[in-house]
Amino acid sequence: MSTSRLGGDGLRLAYDRRVVAEDLTVAVPDRSFTVIIGPNACGKSTLLRALSRLLRPAAGAVLLDGTDIHRLPARAVARTLGLLPQSPIAPDGIDVAELVARGRYPHQGLLRQWSRDDERIVAESMAATGVDDLGDRLVDELSGGQRQRVWLAMALAQQTPLLLLDEPTTYLDIAHQIEVLDLCARLHEEQGRTLVAVLHDLNHAARYATHLIAMRGGRVVAAGEPRRIVTAELVEEVFGLPCRVIDDPETGTPLVVPAARARAGTVTR
Amino acid sequence: MIVIRTPARLSVRLRPRVLAVGTVCLLLTVGVGVLAIGHGEYPMSPTDVLRTLTGGGSPAEEFIVTQLRLPRLVTGLAVGTALGLAGAVFQALVRNPLGSPDVLGFTQGAATGALVVVAVGGSSAALAGSAALGGVVTGLLIYLIAWRRGVHGYRLVLVGIGMSAILTGVNGYLMTRVPLMSASRAMLWLTGSLDGRGWSDAAPLLAALAVLVPALLACAPALRMTELGDDAASGLGVSVHRLRLLLLAGAVLLVALSAAAAGPVPFVALTAPHLARRLTRSPGVTLLPAAVVGALITVVADQVALRALPGQLPVGVVTGVIGGGYLVWLLATERRAGRL
Repeated sequence: MSTSRLGGDGLRLAYDRRVVAEDLTVAVPDRSFTVIIGPNACGKSTLLRALSRLLRPAAGAVLLDGTDIHRLPARAVARTLGLLPQSPIAPDGIDVAELVARGRYPHQGLLRQWSRDDERIVAESMAATGVDDLGDRLVDELSGGQRQRVWLAMALAQQTPLLLLDEPTTYLDIAHQIEVLDLCARLHEEQGRTLVAVLHDLNHAARYATHLIAMRGGRVVAAGEPRRIVTAELVEEVFGLPCRVIDDPETGTPLVVPAARARAGTVTR
Repeated sequence: MIVIRTPARLSVRLRPRVLAVGTVCLLLTVGVGVLAIGHGEYPMSPTDVLRTLTGGGSPAEEFIVTQLRLPRLVTGLAVGTALGLAGAVFQALVRNPLGSPDVLGFTQGAATGALVVVAVGGSSAALAGSAALGGVVTGLLIYLIAWRRGVHGYRLVLVGIGMSAILTGVNGYLMTRVPLMSASRAMLWLTGSLDGRGWSDAAPLLAALAVLVPALLACAPALRMTELGDDAASGLGVSVHRLRLLLLAGAVLLVALSAAAAGPVPFVALTAPHLARRLTRSPGVTLLPAAVVGALITVVADQVALRALPGQLPVGVVTGVIGGGYLVWLLATERRAGRL
């Protein structure tokens, strides 16, 4: 088993009295692109919230480098663990460069507001996400895909070895979804960051993840490399969807093809 | 953006426009202040005023300036600063341009405190203390009712509006219980006035400003992060709930103490942050410019009330009319621009 800087041990996750997950244990392998999948309300976003310190577990602990994440100061966590939430808000009238610069907040102080490092890292982050030519454009005016790349640039500027993404492709059309995921894959490979994302689309997850966590009803059903764990049986068990799993003709990763609706005279399986 | 860096790896970043607007407003405030001190039954020229302020005046001038006119001016400046700053904090906290102490019920709470003292009869020190207490208790109540795993913008606004409605009713009842002789004192207080303010009226507020202005300004960068939403701000290392509690406490204290000093001067807290944002053209949180603009409009309004209109009106009448008018104009133009 590979090493892991971030994981949850015996987590009980609940909102008020509604328990979402009980005795949940997960580990995020270092330098992996981990994707959490599962049907709606399986607890995948809740798990991500717990891992990112937004939700305090009712029992158990999220460990970051071996320490309970809630015992660490918020700023110290923010220098190790970045988060791109599902629907962040761009303030009215803010331009791209200014928004990306906000990613530097955990590294700044009252008397160290804008160092040369800040300036350089913001420029690099914008270049890495291909928004360097949008610097003085207003965020409100951008397309959905561009905007998501700007948010990713902000998260990159935070310069954390670990980066959590909550459904980064929601609200995007298919081309922009692929664009964002390609970007994530590139960041993972080139910069050696550990990425954890919640995704809806099983085929995207199977294509891009190096480590997959499949959840159902607050439990981890399977975890591992997509090629090893994505089978028709698993998809049926997790999503209740009859299907076939074939090789993706582009990448050779598993491709889930839902079974056709049974009709007279056709063979479905 | 200008960046100033020192060899000791310190760096400060500011917008030139903010600096320019701040400087102009400060100079204007000083100018209006000098004119204000010169105005009265014993008129003084600006040079006389400056000479007296720097210690070169006759004993009579010295007395008029430092004991009669300066306290009123300083109280006005302090109240304006406190309200402008508190208004900007409230608007950022509830993420709503209408989030001001007038709307959220803190002002009404302070009025309740004051009216209780008027009804039972008490010194003006007791009245001020009770007004401050009323504002703080209201803040505490709103916080306790709105708290649910942290305070969220909308809950705070709704609870505040409810509280404000209840307290308006309570205040109406108290007014009917006030003896006729004291009713005019109560009405004058409720309008917000700087008449006859001495150093003792300004002292508690000045002390609070000395602590709270630096404290609130230190929170400004974190507050700016919360504009991105609570989750994103937490991800950037902001302890969102603790920050809210701190800011709420600081802003409530400022509003309560400024009500104690001058009564509930209306609309400054609502108008100053808007005006500051428009003048500086910067998006989002602008605490320091709002404080400076608040001070300026309060002393200008007081001068307008004293000079331009017959009968020496209280400052609250002018800020109410100007502030209300500005708000209506703002709503009309924002509506046309499709933003509201």
